[in-house]
Amino acid sequence: MKVLVAVKRTIDPNVKVRVKSDQTGVETANVKMAMNPFCEIAVEEAVRMKEAGSANEVVAVSAGADKAQETLRTALAMGADRAVHIVTEAELQPLAVARLLKVIADEEQPGLVIMGKQAIDDDSNQTGQMLAALLGWPQATFASEIEFKDGTADVTREIDGGLETLNVNLPAVVTTDLRLNEPRYASLPNIMKAKKKPIDRREADALGVDISPRLAIHKVEEPPKREAGIKVADVAELVAKLRDDAKVIG
Amino acid sequence: MSEQRAFIDLDDDHRELREPVSALCARYPGEYWREKDRERAYPEEFVQALTDAGFLAALIPERYGGSGLGIGAGAAILEEIHASGCNGGACHAQMYTMGTVLRHGSDQQKETYLPQIASGARRLQAFGVTEPTTGSDTTQLRTTAERRPDGDYTVNGQKVWISRAEHSDLLLLLARTTPAAETKKRTEGLSVFLVELERAVGNGLEIRPIRTMINHATTELFFDDLVIPGSSLIGEEGRGFRYILDGMNAERILIAAECIGDSRWFIEKASAYATERQVFGRPIGANQGVQFPIAEAYAQMEAARLMVQKAAALFDAGRPCGPEANMAKLLAAEASWKAADTCLQTHGGFGFAEEYDVERKFREARLYRVAPISTNLVLAYLGQHVLGMPRSY
Repeated sequence: MKVLVAVKRTIDPNVKVRVKSDQTGVETANVKMAMNPFCEIAVEEAVRMKEAGSANEVVAVSAGADKAQETLRTALAMGADRAVHIVTEAELQPLAVARLLKVIADEEQPGLVIMGKQAIDDDSNQTGQMLAALLGWPQATFASEIEFKDGTADVTREIDGGLETLNVNLPAVVTTDLRLNEPRYASLPNIMKAKKKPIDRREADALGVDISPRLAIHKVEEPPKREAGIKVADVAELVAKLRDDAKVIG
Repeated sequence: MSEQRAFIDLDDDHRELREPVSALCARYPGEYWREKDRERAYPEEFVQALTDAGFLAALIPERYGGSGLGIGAGAAILEEIHASGCNGGACHAQMYTMGTVLRHGSDQQKETYLPQIASGARRLQAFGVTEPTTGSDTTQLRTTAERRPDGDYTVNGQKVWISRAEHSDLLLLLARTTPAAETKKRTEGLSVFLVELERAVGNGLEIRPIRTMINHATTELFFDDLVIPGSSLIGEEGRGFRYILDGMNAERILIAAECIGDSRWFIEKASAYATERQVFGRPIGANQGVQFPIAEAYAQMEAARLMVQKAAALFDAGRPCGPEANMAKLLAAEASWKAADTCLQTHGGFGFAEEYDVERKFREARLYRVAPISTNLVLAYLGQHVLGMPRSY
């Protein structure tokens, strides 16, 4: 089985994000970038599938500017066999990415598409679901465990109140949650090997899909500063404050 | 060595190594280093992770199990470690000490030791040169290795400031094999040995840790009739001083790269804090008295970085690079100290609080104006060997 794993280049999760002074977005110039942590988990899972023998090829794909290539190199260094870079300078929203990924999925015909449940920059949590719909494939989101049997996959999902296990037919789209695995480090020998692995450059404009934005961002602001709290003497005062001042109870 | 064109690739600079190194380092945050510092403990987990990922074997040729990369790649790895707030001082010598074995060891020594060093099965990260009575005037060292009738050597003497000896399996040792009085030049009669510490400790070698201002695992070594096999001699007897000098440039360049990494860390911390911290109703960084020193530290770091890149480019082309390696170390150590001081000043009182990591990094950065070569010795080298002024020593 071939596994297609989608990865996104985002601001490094260890960097403190700053809002641009014109409030159109967050500052990305001269900011350290890295692979989105949920995508790292997806790559790790795909590589483990290959190591376990349930997959025979792992193809990483990313859409974005030239720098996305570095993120693909990381995926290759973690163990992906080859990569596809959909090159575009355009701003990409989830639907656009899903459409681009569909083109690649149609060409590659993978048995499984695996990707992060969301990216830590815009937290959309939409691309996997949209891709499944466009492909007409089953989807299993927020995976914390994946097991294959007889051409299907048992996917354990983290939901409110506990765990749910879905059985999906393959091919399917699976999105990964935080506890699926702990991604490996890219080792130096594998980084060197990754330099020789092929990255297929595809111009987004030539893939024949509409990637124009559907959503407009009006304003990006810092979250409000946390104000100091107050101490209450007893439960009666707490209830009174919640009712009269905060107006959160009736 | 063949003479090749040396060039700096400003666009590449080993970018493929940087993200993976910083991703690994992200798992060892400030809290990890604060605890090690508090306990004066060796960062074993961090060193093991770097070893397992093969980063410390970067410079070992592929045929011996390393990645066969140049010094520029090693510099990029160590720079990223320091820019991430981690400290390569615990293990950077594992990267370069093997160079003496690689260049001057016998085939058998290389076959035996290099693959073990590459895999991390054995650590070679202790280098015994400095003695209590001889600092940079290395040729005056008093530790002796006397050849016995059976071909083995008996070692007597004392070494000091030997870093990581307690966390190393092998020690590269410089000792006098012919008394200075019997040689034509002071630089002759010194020999290099590769000592297996697991056999030596308790059998004529004692290692005593020295508590210092920073958590650097440095020690004193006492040799009392330690017998080491004749096979531990590296290269020819009496030529050790030359062999040691060969390794110095690599060390200078790599440690300069760590200083660049430290500078980046300090400047990033300082500029973030100056932008965020509000006093008198505006960020303190709006005041030029706060902003300009940070900008100046940045300019100094970038200038020093160019010299590190130049030295590395020459080194990797197999060209002489003594002046450049020394200047890289000098300029980078000064740049990181300037950045450290500026970062502390920008943070005011908070800079002294352990949880900000600034005070710890400040202490650590100070080391590199002293070790592995002091700033004055670099200046003496430049003044006398490059500019031809009268010798002071």
